[in-house]
Amino acid sequence: MAWDMLPMLAVMLPVLAMVAAVPLGARGAERLTLAYAPVGLALAIGIMLVVQLGGVPIRQELGHWAPPLGIAFRADGLAAAMLLTAALIIGAIAIFARADFGTAAGAAERRQAFAFWPLLLGLWAAINLAVVANDLFTLYVALELLTFAAMPLVCLDGSRATLQAALRYLMFALLGSVLYLLGVALIYGSAGTLDIVLLAQRVRGDIPVMIAIAVMTAGLLAKTALLPLHLWLPPAHAGAPAAASAVLSALVVKGSFVLVLRLWFGVMARVPMPDAAQILAGLGAAAILLGSVAALGQARLKLLVAYSTVAQIGYLFLMFPLLAASAGEVAAKAWTGGVVQAVSHAFAKAAMFLAAGIMAARFGHDRIADLSGAGRAMPVTLLTFALAGLSLMGVPPSGGFAAKWLLLSAAIGAGQWWWALVILGGGLLTGGYVYRVLAMGLRAGDPAPEPAPVAWQRDGIALALALVSVVLGFLPLAAFGLVQIGRLDVSP
Amino acid sequence: MIPALAADGLLAAGILALALGCVATRRAFASAALFIAYGLLLALAWARLDAPDVALTEASIGAGLSGVLLLGGVRRLEGLAEPSPDAETGPLLTILIGIGCAALTVAIGAAVLLLPDPTPSLAPQVAANLATTDLGNPVTAVLMSFRALDTLLESAVVLLAVVCVWALTPEGGWGGVAGLRQPVVRDGPLALLARVLPPLGIVIAIHILWVGADAPGGKFQAAAVLAAMWLMPWMAGLAPAPRIDARWLRLVLAAGPALFILIGLGGALAEGAFLAYPPGWAKPLILAIEIVLTASIAVALALLVMGPPEPPR
Repeated sequence: MAWDMLPMLAVMLPVLAMVAAVPLGARGAERLTLAYAPVGLALAIGIMLVVQLGGVPIRQELGHWAPPLGIAFRADGLAAAMLLTAALIIGAIAIFARADFGTAAGAAERRQAFAFWPLLLGLWAAINLAVVANDLFTLYVALELLTFAAMPLVCLDGSRATLQAALRYLMFALLGSVLYLLGVALIYGSAGTLDIVLLAQRVRGDIPVMIAIAVMTAGLLAKTALLPLHLWLPPAHAGAPAAASAVLSALVVKGSFVLVLRLWFGVMARVPMPDAAQILAGLGAAAILLGSVAALGQARLKLLVAYSTVAQIGYLFLMFPLLAASAGEVAAKAWTGGVVQAVSHAFAKAAMFLAAGIMAARFGHDRIADLSGAGRAMPVTLLTFALAGLSLMGVPPSGGFAAKWLLLSAAIGAGQWWWALVILGGGLLTGGYVYRVLAMGLRAGDPAPEPAPVAWQRDGIALALALVSVVLGFLPLAAFGLVQIGRLDVSP
Repeated sequence: MIPALAADGLLAAGILALALGCVATRRAFASAALFIAYGLLLALAWARLDAPDVALTEASIGAGLSGVLLLGGVRRLEGLAEPSPDAETGPLLTILIGIGCAALTVAIGAAVLLLPDPTPSLAPQVAANLATTDLGNPVTAVLMSFRALDTLLESAVVLLAVVCVWALTPEGGWGGVAGLRQPVVRDGPLALLARVLPPLGIVIAIHILWVGADAPGGKFQAAAVLAAMWLMPWMAGLAPAPRIDARWLRLVLAAGPALFILIGLGGALAEGAFLAYPPGWAKPLILAIEIVLTASIAVALALLVMGPPEPPR
């Protein structure tokens, strides 16, 4: 069996399914997505096992053309972790979304149902491509796919407010694409290749390359919604249907984040940039504090969850100065902490958005002040929200705890104690906004309307995602060794 | 030497002036028209830089189709109310955006001037490997062989763009005819051109596609011309737009990217790598992909210009 085919299949099969979804129509596309989900999950598990057992990244040169002339796929530990995360979350979302975007046999095709399934498949393909592609231009195509699959999900309900949110998202995302593409051209002009592994060997700190990296990073930050480029995120993620919000917050912003990692610790593997990394983490710290404070002040549940995403994205950028200023075990901790934060936030936030969506559907609104009685009427949903919240706070044992603890000890180890304070402060603020929702939900109140018949299934999916984000904290530390495999900034 | 330099200087100045006018003008129609002119001058600049493939693409897609898309957007905006004054950007934000753009321009300019000389390039490697691809045009070899993956994925992006546009269909319009209804134009240049140009344009498109293997040209440019040959009679009210739920339409849209992926997977099975063409089969397989993909992209581009269906009045 040719294992080197697996990453390629993980990218091309969802693209093929997306293409086929258009002639199949809404009902056919829905069935195709549900049929493909287990295949995609099996591919992701296979890749993880091959990378973990082999200890080296999986590589395939497409068309047998070796870089720099051709393009290679390269699935390292980070890619394997993200592929598995995406497969689990998208599979869960596909089942969850049937109640909203399903088409009964013989029923006429609806607009939302026609669009949702190819967009979900396209998004899956784009995420997978963004983590396994090893060529800066192919990564640009991944960003395009990601943007065009994510943007319509924001405004699927067709209301004026969501259209405005989608348009604003598109403006930020296109600005990001243009800046990224400018940088790609400069790097090609400077180094004569776009292959990240080759660039890692060739690139020195030339001024054109530094300018390119700065411009590309700025573009990617706009897509990742790092403060102060986060303005598009809250209305977009809060206005989308619950299933869409979950993938947008859990996965889409992580795609561009992985690209920032590829630039800083792939292309620039031999050129540490400690000062710039301090700025990046400073923005991250500001996002953690300001995003959490904004979440505390929200009146609407979905907006609270969206601002929580703004804050949690901040944690992802704390790893940069720790990696730039240290080596060996401390750097390894920082790297693992950042990746585990990306993964555990993905599960926790998907669960949280689904729970918020279930509550909003049941109550007919998502005003936090009027959610009293939720705990009695829908205990599983509130439990889901609480578990996801615990992971976001970093309470042990949970994936969020593992991530924050790793980042915290790396910060101490690297002698940059100020980031530890930010991590602790952010945890307290997170506890504050999660407590606000739980306290209101546990208060006695009017009984909520009767649930729809599929409610238990949807509750189960949201709860399962929240449990995964908690269970990540039970994994032995050795399991996290996976994400160290193939790091370009440590290999000779 | 001097006349050529003067011509290039004039071209550069013209591009800058048109770009400035495009941003500065207050009227949407004028801005779109200036954008088209800007694209055409840019195509000339690419031609001067000995990049005929880029020039063709810029002229057909950058200036042509994007221009028509913008003009269509202007037309759809005409019926709407003026945006409220509070939606306008304030002076502070305008200044900040200006500073940002200026800083970016200076940085990019500096970076370009500081690039190593001679610039490292893969062109010699492309030339050295051209013979093994069975193709004569190095650009096509890059697009269909060395970096075929990017071309494949871009064709999927075009399909996704159609899904995006259709996802914006207003309430009650789903399943209807794409775009606004076009009144029949009985006389004037459009009525004449819509009748005379298509047969000619279709022949030109087939030529551009066919020579693409060995000379400048190829599927994206051919598809843009084909789309225009469909759009002109549509705009003149002579050719109806298709219903977006028509089975044939959706099959044509999907056929190109689907065939490309299937041939790629066939390469994985037969040759051990995705998109590897078996020896001796490269040219016919690439030709098959290009022909089917041209049809898919042409239909997709036309549908993008037509826009989502409107609810019946």
